[in-house]
Amino acid sequence: MTSRLLRWLIPLSAVPLLALLAYGFRVNPREVPSPLVGRPAPPFELQSFDGAPVALESQRGKVVVLNFWASWCYPACYEEAPVLERQWRAFRERGVVVIGVDIQDTVEAGRKFTRDFSLSFTNLRDATGKVSVDYGVYGVPETFFIDRRGRIRVKHVGAVTDEVFRTTVERLLSEPPG
Amino acid sequence: MRRARALAPLLLATLLAAAAPLGAGPAARPVTAQQVDDVAAQLRCVVCQNLSVADSPSEMAGQMRAIVRERLATGETPEQVVQFFVERYGEWILLSPRPQGFNLLVWLGPVVAVAVGLAVVGVLLARWTRRRAGAPAPAVVDPAMRERIRRETEAEP
Repeated sequence: MTSRLLRWLIPLSAVPLLALLAYGFRVNPREVPSPLVGRPAPPFELQSFDGAPVALESQRGKVVVLNFWASWCYPACYEEAPVLERQWRAFRERGVVVIGVDIQDTVEAGRKFTRDFSLSFTNLRDATGKVSVDYGVYGVPETFFIDRRGRIRVKHVGAVTDEVFRTTVERLLSEPPG
Repeated sequence: MRRARALAPLLLATLLAAAAPLGAGPAARPVTAQQVDDVAAQLRCVVCQNLSVADSPSEMAGQMRAIVRERLATGETPEQVVQFFVERYGEWILLSPRPQGFNLLVWLGPVVAVAVGLAVVGVLLARWTRRRAGAPAPAVVDPAMRERIRRETEAEP
């Protein structure tokens, strides 16, 4: 009786372990859920490449697309820069703001990047890394979609595509403001 | 309230900017490198593979150490500083997961596995030794048979 039970029990005990492994191997370790989604976007004030201070608070009431990038982030940041510029031009009249934040970068390289892609939306420098930490940024590019009430609604890791930008922003614009 | 919250980082930045030339700053508590390291060692370097903030030479880790130092200097406890990072990055930032909830699996799993392993070994050992001890038992040979075996083996040459 015990021997028969044992014969089944030993291989069966491996099942939960295998299930756990199967689950573990299927999740993407790069996808770290952010605790900030649904919470108010941390306020900040940073300087643009021209030295002009820009505060997130001043954009309240608009849909803000906050994009963390770096000039050394190749190819993802190079792929999404034209997307951000194109989509910003498409949505700027509808109360959408795109703010780029250059992190872990030199002023020269960052400025060159904005020039190379003729970026016309606001680009700021996070020289101390404080804003990156406030947003829990662990790599570039990362993009936060902030609704008109100032809450982080979506965090997108990796290059933003036209599709992601458009659908997310349209969704946030369709919500009643305030 | 919202206004005050918005002003807080600005105020902090101004204070820090003012304090920077003085080194640690007037109101700041002295923080040793060891204290910074103790906190940084618990935090994952976010841009590295399997390195703590204390061990990583990356710029990001350096900035995170600066934040740790700064927050310790304002009087926060090491736990509060760790919590500051957890609120932003989630528990992912912790190199050793907190022993609670689902995380208990990784803390108790190995202990349970060793216990189960030992139990299986114990049961198997018990069975094997019982079988060996039981084996000679049926070898009850009656004297006549014994005598016959002796005769036949001795007659072998």
